[in-house]
Order: sequence, then C-alpha cells, then structure tokens
Amino acid sequence: MKTLSVSHLLGIKYLQQEDLQLIFETAKHFKEVINRPIKKVPSLRDINIANLFFENSTRTKLSFELAEKRLSADVLNFSANQSSLKKGETLVDTVNNILAMKVDMVVIRHPHPGAAHFLSKRVDSCIINAGDGTHEHPSQALLDAFSLQEKFGELKGKRIAIVGDILHSRVALSNIYALKMLGAEVQVCAPKSLLPKHIKSLGVDVSSDFTKTLKWCDAVNMLRVQNERMDLNYFPSTREYSQNFGLTNERLKPLRKEIVILHPGPINRGVEISSEVADSDQAIILDQVENGVAIRMAIIYLLASKLNIPIA
Amino acid sequence: MEPKVLLSDKKISIILNRLCFQLIEQHGDFSNAVLVGLQPRGTLLLDRLVELLTQSGIKELKTGKLDTTFFRDDFRRSERPHSANATIMNQSVEGKDVVLIDDVLFTGRSIRAALTAIDTYGRPKSVELLVLVDRRFSRHLPIQPDYLGAQIDALQGDKVKVVWSEGEIKNTVYLEKHLE
Repeated sequence: MKTLSVSHLLGIKYLQQEDLQLIFETAKHFKEVINRPIKKVPSLRDINIANLFFENSTRTKLSFELAEKRLSADVLNFSANQSSLKKGETLVDTVNNILAMKVDMVVIRHPHPGAAHFLSKRVDSCIINAGDGTHEHPSQALLDAFSLQEKFGELKGKRIAIVGDILHSRVALSNIYALKMLGAEVQVCAPKSLLPKHIKSLGVDVSSDFTKTLKWCDAVNMLRVQNERMDLNYFPSTREYSQNFGLTNERLKPLRKEIVILHPGPINRGVEISSEVADSDQAIILDQVENGVAIRMAIIYLLASKLNIPIA
Repeated sequence: MEPKVLLSDKKISIILNRLCFQLIEQHGDFSNAVLVGLQPRGTLLLDRLVELLTQSGIKELKTGKLDTTFFRDDFRRSERPHSANATIMNQSVEGKDVVLIDDVLFTGRSIRAALTAIDTYGRPKSVELLVLVDRRFSRHLPIQPDYLGAQIDALQGDKVKVVWSEGEIKNTVYLEKHLE
C-alpha cells in the first residue's frame, strides 16, 4: 500500500494529490466500519493521542476524539481554559510535559496561525493540525472535498464556490488548496472587506456578486461569519450581510438547477444560511459531519502507520 | 525455476464439488448460514462455491465479503501498511452460522483477524473455516479448517498461488519455490 508523503498533517499545502486520494480511499473503508453494529477496529490499541485544544471547538474535537476511540487509541483531552497556560507556561513546555506522559500523537487547535508548524519543529511527536488561527484547517477541507467527491464522483472541472468570511477563514484556505489540487474550479465570493488582498494569487476567481456566483457553481460552501475574529466592523450590519450573502430559498429557486450546499458549522441560522436551506435535501451538512469521523480515522491511521516508536 | 503444479483444473473442480456437498450436508437449506469470503482472494473462491451451490438448487444464499486489514496484528510491523479492500456485508451475523472462506491457510493470522472482524457484525452462533489449500505445519496460531480442499507441504519462504480460470487460463494451484 502507498503511504503518505508527510509525517505530520500541518496543512493541505504540504500534501500531494496522491496523499488526498490515499486518505479518501482509506476513509471510504472507515466509513463502512463506522456503520457496523460495532464501530471499532483494534489497529491503534498501543497508541496514545493527546487532543490539545487551545481554542473552543465542539464538532472538530468530538470528531477527532471519536475517530481516535474507534481506532482503539488511548485518548487524552486538554482544554486551554483549564490549563497551566494561564500560569505562564509556554506552548512547547506544555506539549513536552504531555509527551513525557508517553503520548505518541498530538492533535492541536490553536488561535495562532502556524502553531502546529511551530510545534512540529520543536517537539518529537506526530502533529495533526486541527485548526491554527486563520491559517489552515486541513481535516475540514479533506472532509469537505471527500463529501463533494462522494456526491460528484470526481471533482475535476467541477465549479465550487466558497462564500462568506474568506478573510478570517482557515476552512477557506485549506479548501482552496484541496479543491484546486483535485482539479476543481474555485470561486470565492464575499464582501470586498472580507476578501484577503492577494487571494487571486491562489488561482481562484473572485466575486462579490452572490447571484452570479450561484449561477456559476455546482456546489457552494457557506462559511460562518466569524464574529470572534473580527476586531473591526467589516460590514454595516448582520442584516445587510444576510441580505446580500445569505443563502435562502428565494435565491436558490430561480437557478433551475440543484446545487450542493456545504457548511463547516456551526451554522448561524438566518445569517449566512436560512433554516429551510440548511435543513433541505440539497444541504449535505450532516453528511459532512459523518464523513468527518471517517476522514479523521483515515488521517490518524495513515500517520500512525509511519510512527517511529518502538514496538512492544 | 518453473512453478510446480500442485492442483490441476480437474482436481480443483472435484474438490470444489466435494466442498459444496460437505457444506450442504452441514447447513441443509442454508437458512441460518452466512458464507463470508475473505478479501481479497477468498472472495474468488466464494464466488465459485456460490455458483456451484446455486446449481445444486440452494436458493437465497446469504453471502458477504470481509476485509480484515484494520484487524490485522501486524500494523506498524510491516514496512508499509496493507491496502484495504471493500467489505460488503449486508446483514448482521447475530445468531448465524458463519463459514469463513479463504483460498490458502498459512500462519492462521488472517483468520484470527477475520474472527475479530466478523464480530463487529454481531455475535455468530458458530464460525467455521473453509479453505482450498492448507499449508500444514506452518501455523502460528491454533487454527484449523473445518472444510479442506487439499493439504500441502511447503517451506516457510515458498509461495502457494491459486489462479482462477479466466478465458484461456485454467484453475490451478502452483507452488513457487523460494530461491536462496
């Protein structure tokens, strides 16, 4: 069998197209496993994994934890708000202390871009980036692309729009890398204030006209407005944003085609997506969540197979 | 060196028929039986047996294809991880009489993995093992077949290859000697 070209998952940027296909292929098998009466395999029973969440998370943390448990790994959970960080400990010290407890892999979410990368250079462990500030969120992009591939068969030539807060979104950046790597055409659509300056250098189309974008695309990934990362007012009001960039039935009806709707969650119902649309058959939001566990099992399994730790 | 033919097409055909009769003798109308081929090569034997059993008038056979990759005991012990194949199990095996089917029984480790893997679909009433070829004296675990095509002797490094008929090619079991 092929193996991954990397020994950490820091971002999609560092992966090859073959890595993505290998992860998807493996995830397909794990998706079958998690639909069995007993959803567990014994592969990682001698592996310890620490989930270090320096930032709030619900589904990513649960999804990683479930994936680890379904691979039979031992799991250690750490949340920043209950930790010694407040007492002044550095990130490297915190992680090294945890590794001293014989932990083999680290899943880290951190508010600072590059935190996972920084750690991978300084500690002797396998690092999986579960979101680093506004930089990358590779496992989310992999599960989004996997869900789209399940729907379309192949992404080559498919038109995918990413709509909303591109500026603050790690999901957007990782998605762009992944979708481009798989041959899809990508358009980002947002108010100009929420578009990064050099976004075109990533090889994507840029639009601020949501109606046109919807006409163009086969699938749309609706991003959440990240109020917690906004230090300024990027748009006049939530209501205005919602009117211009919110996905509603009124916007979808005139299209006369069925586009696939994704959302990485958590949803702000009534802001970027209306309740009817979020709960419609076109939306594959809950498929994304199910696929998330399978994708994370695949990532952890493939990285664990490369671990250089002594065997019992 | 030319590979040695252990079982010819004719011999295999006789064996397959015998295995079918033995299965019918044990499982009657197969109402409580599930035949499970182990991926990748056991499923090819399963297909042949299903064809013969159907010809013998057995209807509504319950079958499945089981991959044991994630249940193997050599994860991180081989240079590269093993490739998984699709598992297709459309029914629970709770309370069923399961027959695991594989082409060659060697160390017994794949069967051990299969015994763990099949449990994820429920607790079977019983599990039996059917193999075409048993490489005797090479077991690492206390596992023996219930239905057996042929027993052969081969050294540790030798390869036993089962080739299934396709077009011009005939069913054959070969022995490839390990060259020092």
